Amino acid sequence: MSKDKVYIIPCSGIGKPTASVGRNAAYRVVDDMRPDTCDTLCLGLLTLRDEEAVSKVRDSKVITIEGCAKDCARKNVEVSGKTPDISHRVHDFLKEHRDLKPESVLDVGEGGRKLTDIIATRLAEEADELAGK
Amino acid sequence: MQADEKPIEAGVNEVETKEERPSKVGVLSCSGESEAEGTIARNAVRLVIEKYRPGMVVTLCLPLYLAGDGGEREFARKVPVIAVDGCEKACARKATEKYSGEVESWIDIRDLLKQWGVTDKLSRSHPGKLEDELAEKVAQEIVHRINTLIQEGKVAVDNL
Repeated sequence: MSKDKVYIIPCSGIGKPTASVGRNAAYRVVDDMRPDTCDTLCLGLLTLRDEEAVSKVRDSKVITIEGCAKDCARKNVEVSGKTPDISHRVHDFLKEHRDLKPESVLDVGEGGRKLTDIIATRLAEEADELAGK
Repeated sequence: MQADEKPIEAGVNEVETKEERPSKVGVLSCSGESEAEGTIARNAVRLVIEKYRPGMVVTLCLPLYLAGDGGEREFARKVPVIAVDGCEKACARKATEKYSGEVESWIDIRDLLKQWGVTDKLSRSHPGKLEDELAEKVAQEIVHRINTLIQEGKVAVDNL
């Protein structure tokens, strides 16, 4: 992985469908929409202060996306010495699209998938800007 | 689970301490966003919570050890913990040991896949039939570990 990549880092939320939406949106960007310019990493490595992971986020552009207000992704990035360039919460998107409420953690449902697409599109646009494109 | 349901991680504060013989088991998945095995870990833990041992398992979002209000660090002191890691980096086990306490049991999914002879390329972002089957198998392994804790008397249960 290159340090020149934009890192899209979702929270690791395992208890909320909104966390699944955030993670799915991040995957959509790094694996489908912008695989050459974006990547993600395991947030748990930052929790453990893994040197390689910390170095990556310190030296890269970072966008975080959260499934709840505890902001685990942003806070774990900040503890690594990096203020995320952009931070999002899935709930802010949900407020704008109240009809797209995700259903469950394992299957976010049709509404959750549409919300995922909306968030992924925004993330990809922001990643382009951060990458200087 | 619906979006407005109470988060599962809140449950850790509601269970008994280990000294009082807890009635819950803590099952903690690694974050694993960058690895296919991490996706299997998260999905397997959810399967156990929702399908195989509903009401018996409490969990926690791993990064809350750093980002939470401190109560999360009581996790391994209140319940016996099974750490489920996607790879040998063992973030769930190590983070629990670093911030909370010893784990009772540890699963390394990459090692399990080797034992099962799985050599297929797996997807972190688009889990298909194979990934779903593996998540089910890992879920069964977690259930086996839970049953072992019960047999060892580390968890109090009325019935299974």
